[in-house]
Amino acid sequence: MNPSYSRRNFIRRSTLATAAIVAGRAGAGEASVELPFVNGHRRMVAFPGKRPLILLTHRPPQLETPFAVFNDGLITPNDAFFVRYHLSGLPVEIDPAAFRLEVKGLVNTPLSLSLEDLKKMEAVEVTAVNQCSGNSRGFFNPRVNGGQLANGAMGNAKWRGVRLKDVLTRAGVAAGARQVVCDGLDKGAVPTTPDFIKALEIDHALDGEAIIAWEMNGEELPWLNGYPLRLVVPGYYGTYWIKHLNSLEVTGENFGGFWMAAGYRIPDTPGGCVEPGTVPGRTLPITKFKIRSFLTSLTDGAQVKAGRETLLRGIAFDSGAGLTEVQVSPDGGSTWRPATLGKDLGRYSFREWTLPWTPTNTGPAEIRCRAFNRIGETQPLVSLWNPAGYMRNGVETTKIIIT
Amino acid sequence: MKLLFPLLGAAVLLTTALAQTPAPATPPAVTGIRKLELPPETGTYRNAPGVELAQAFCLNCHSTEYTESQPPLPAAYWQGTVKKMKEKFGATLPDEVMAPLTKYLVDAYGKKP
Repeated sequence: MNPSYSRRNFIRRSTLATAAIVAGRAGAGEASVELPFVNGHRRMVAFPGKRPLILLTHRPPQLETPFAVFNDGLITPNDAFFVRYHLSGLPVEIDPAAFRLEVKGLVNTPLSLSLEDLKKMEAVEVTAVNQCSGNSRGFFNPRVNGGQLANGAMGNAKWRGVRLKDVLTRAGVAAGARQVVCDGLDKGAVPTTPDFIKALEIDHALDGEAIIAWEMNGEELPWLNGYPLRLVVPGYYGTYWIKHLNSLEVTGENFGGFWMAAGYRIPDTPGGCVEPGTVPGRTLPITKFKIRSFLTSLTDGAQVKAGRETLLRGIAFDSGAGLTEVQVSPDGGSTWRPATLGKDLGRYSFREWTLPWTPTNTGPAEIRCRAFNRIGETQPLVSLWNPAGYMRNGVETTKIIIT
Repeated sequence: MKLLFPLLGAAVLLTTALAQTPAPATPPAVTGIRKLELPPETGTYRNAPGVELAQAFCLNCHSTEYTESQPPLPAAYWQGTVKKMKEKFGATLPDEVMAPLTKYLVDAYGKKP
């Protein structure tokens, strides 16, 4: 192994030169969807390793999972899992034999680990939800700037890799360590764009929960989900789950890069919210998921028969504190009934809930659901607001018709 | 045999208590250079005076859906966005382009008064 081997030698990045621009409209036969908010028309496009998904942006790729997938099972298939890049210079060529994860900074022994080196360490698996900070942003009212997503920028997968803690411990974290700065292979299209780099607090990085994964649902990581390595930070928003992870730097001070100091920040208020349309004072980096639940077995406009039992089914998740209950209201929030929780795939996973329900009166009905956890968190009846459109978790309402 | 069930029960409790479970060994990594081929971009900027500025500058860093998918928002929004692209995201936007590019975005994508 040649230690001076530059990553430039084995990585090429996507740029305007390699991404051809074809003028003109998409083919007439192409599928599209209407997301339920103003300007919600989206094309369905298949990217490498993916089935046709909701195209939010082409370059860099941002693909949303169609919501129906969440009713197919608790594990989101790799080819349906959402994709979110920030920078157009994503890697388009990787030599797995030459790939190295560098561990540097305030460590006793800097490391340059190959994929083989990592796979010789103790492997662990965790089933965990990844969710974009801006999942559901398109539903904000008033609308806010950013990726206009419905509820499909989330997914649940079984991730396999090594503990971040074990890699850091192998390097030996030196005294005075404060954060671990995590970087991947993607870069901006122009050199002046701030590189997408995130930092974890050192105590968090060493608590044994985060892993460096090379496998997703029993298969190699899809390229667009971070091949060959990605950080998996259970319970934390996807912004920390660095794709194509190739650098960990232990620092003695707080990392001041754009994506920590200016981007992905929430109001420093209870609930991370402000009055709709107003500007927060102090802000903080976004961290853990808020608790959420969804009905998946029926969607807006669905029809059910009066007098016949319907099994209401859905999913719930939180940041790992532990779900205790999901309640369902088939009458728009007037009365709530406890649902039955399904199999526990681990505290960071989607959890299924079910409730048999026999509607009586015909006409329109609103079904709502809300989850509770061990630390007293639940969902607000009206979603909270913040200017970046993060952390939406209000009680969802599904409007159906009883016939 | 009587002991088997309590033992199994304990094992189940242990695995559910831990979010992570030890995984069996992995076979050696596959070798050979990997490549990603993205599908061709098909989006276009809306036709309006100044579209050539969007084509010349915005497309340097991102595809058209970044603009196309935004809700109809007032002029101040597009003014702020163009400023953000230059100042925060390092877009190479000459000063003299800022105003006409903003005007194009407001005309083509902004909230109609």
